Amino acid sequence: MAEALLSKKNKKLVKDGLWDANPLTFQVLGICSSLAVTTQLKTSLIMAFGLTFVTAMSNVVISLMRNYIPSKIRIIVQLTVVSALVITIDQILKAYMYDASKQLSVFVGLIITNCIVVGRLEAFAMSNPPWKSFLDGLGNGLGYSAVLVILGIIREIFGSGTLLGYHVIPRSFYDAGYVNNGMLVLAPGAFFLLGCIIWIQRAISGYAEVK
Amino acid sequence: MIHYVNLAIKSIFVENILLAFFLGMCSFLACSKKVETAVGLGFAVVFVLTITTPICWAVKNFLLKKGALAWTGLSDIDLSFLIFISFIAVIAAMTQIVEMLVEKLSPALYNALGIFLPLIAVNCAILGAALFMDQRNYNFPESIVFGFGSGVGWALAIISMSAIRKKLDYSNIPAPLRGLGITMLLTGLMSVGFMCFAGIRL
Repeated sequence: MAEALLSKKNKKLVKDGLWDANPLTFQVLGICSSLAVTTQLKTSLIMAFGLTFVTAMSNVVISLMRNYIPSKIRIIVQLTVVSALVITIDQILKAYMYDASKQLSVFVGLIITNCIVVGRLEAFAMSNPPWKSFLDGLGNGLGYSAVLVILGIIREIFGSGTLLGYHVIPRSFYDAGYVNNGMLVLAPGAFFLLGCIIWIQRAISGYAEVK
Repeated sequence: MIHYVNLAIKSIFVENILLAFFLGMCSFLACSKKVETAVGLGFAVVFVLTITTPICWAVKNFLLKKGALAWTGLSDIDLSFLIFISFIAVIAAMTQIVEMLVEKLSPALYNALGIFLPLIAVNCAILGAALFMDQRNYNFPESIVFGFGSGVGWALAIISMSAIRKKLDYSNIPAPLRGLGITMLLTGLMSVGFMCFAGIRL
C-alpha cells in the first residue's frame, strides 16, 4: 500500500531540516548568503522565500530525472536546473520588487552556488522519490529561513533601530543616550551573531563536534 | 597603472571577498582545518578566479549584453537574463579544463590541488566575483585585476584561519562552541582586523 502523503516518516523529513539537522547550524551549509542579506528583515524574508522555493522545486525536478542523469555529468545537470529556477526568481523580483532586487544585488544569483541546494540534491534527491524530496527541500529551506529571520530581526532592531523599515525603538531612548550598535550592520557583527546562535542551538540540542 | 594597483588593494584588503561579502564561506569553514589543504585550496582559487573572471567578461560583452550580438547581424537582442546560467556553465567548464590541463602539464601541482579543483565549481566566491564584475561594469583589464585580487584576498583569509585553528587545538573550548561556533567568532575578529584597511589607497 502506498504511504500516506503526510505520514509520520514524511513529517520527520520536514522536522529534521528545521531543528535536528538544521542546514545552517548543523550541516554548515549556505552560510554565505545568510550573513550577507540579513542587515534588514525585509531582504531576509525575500531571500528565505527564494531559497525555500528553489530548494524544494529543484529537489522535485532532479528527483524526477534521477534515473536518467549519467553520474559523471550530474553536477552540470544539477546546476542547470537550479540556475533555470533562480533566473525565474530573479526576473520576478526585477519585475515586481525592483528596489529589493537592487538591495539583494548579486546574492539572488548566488542561490545557484548555495551549498544547501546542491547539498540536498546530492544527498537526498538523487536517491529518493519526488514527494519525499519535496518535503526534504521544504524542511531544509524552512530551517534556513528560520535562522535568517532571527538574524534579520536582531540585526535590524539593534543595528538600525527599525523593523521592516518602521522605527521601533522610541525617541525617548535616543534622548536618554541610547545609540544604535553600528557594528551589527557591518560584517563582523554578522559573524559574531551567527556564532552565538550556533552556540545556543547546539547547547540546547546537545550536539558537539568531536575534536 | 595606479588605478589598477588601487583596485587590487581594494579587492584584497578593503573589500575582501570573504570577510566583507561573505562569499566562499562554506569551503572556508570546511577546508581550514589543516594548513596544507588551506594553502592548496587558496592557490587553486586564485588560479581559477584569475581565469574565469575575464572569460565571463568576454561572454557578457560579446554574447549576452544588449546589442552585443551586433557582429552576427542581430543587433537588438538582449540576452542578459541568461547571465546566471552562462556564467555558471563557464565556471564549471573552466574548472574542468583547468583540471585536465594541470594534470597534463604539471603532475606535481595536480597532486597538490587535485581534489580541490572540482570543488571550486560550486564555490560561491567564483560566481560572486563574476557577478560583481558584471554589476560594477568593469572593463577587461579591470576584470583580470579584480579576479586576481579577490582570489588573493580569499587565499589570505583561509591560510591565516587555518593557522589560527591549528593553535586552537590546544585550547579548552566549551563543547557546543567547538568547531563551527568558535570558527565563526574568530572570523568575526578577523573581519574587524581587516576593516582597519578601509580607506587605504595609493
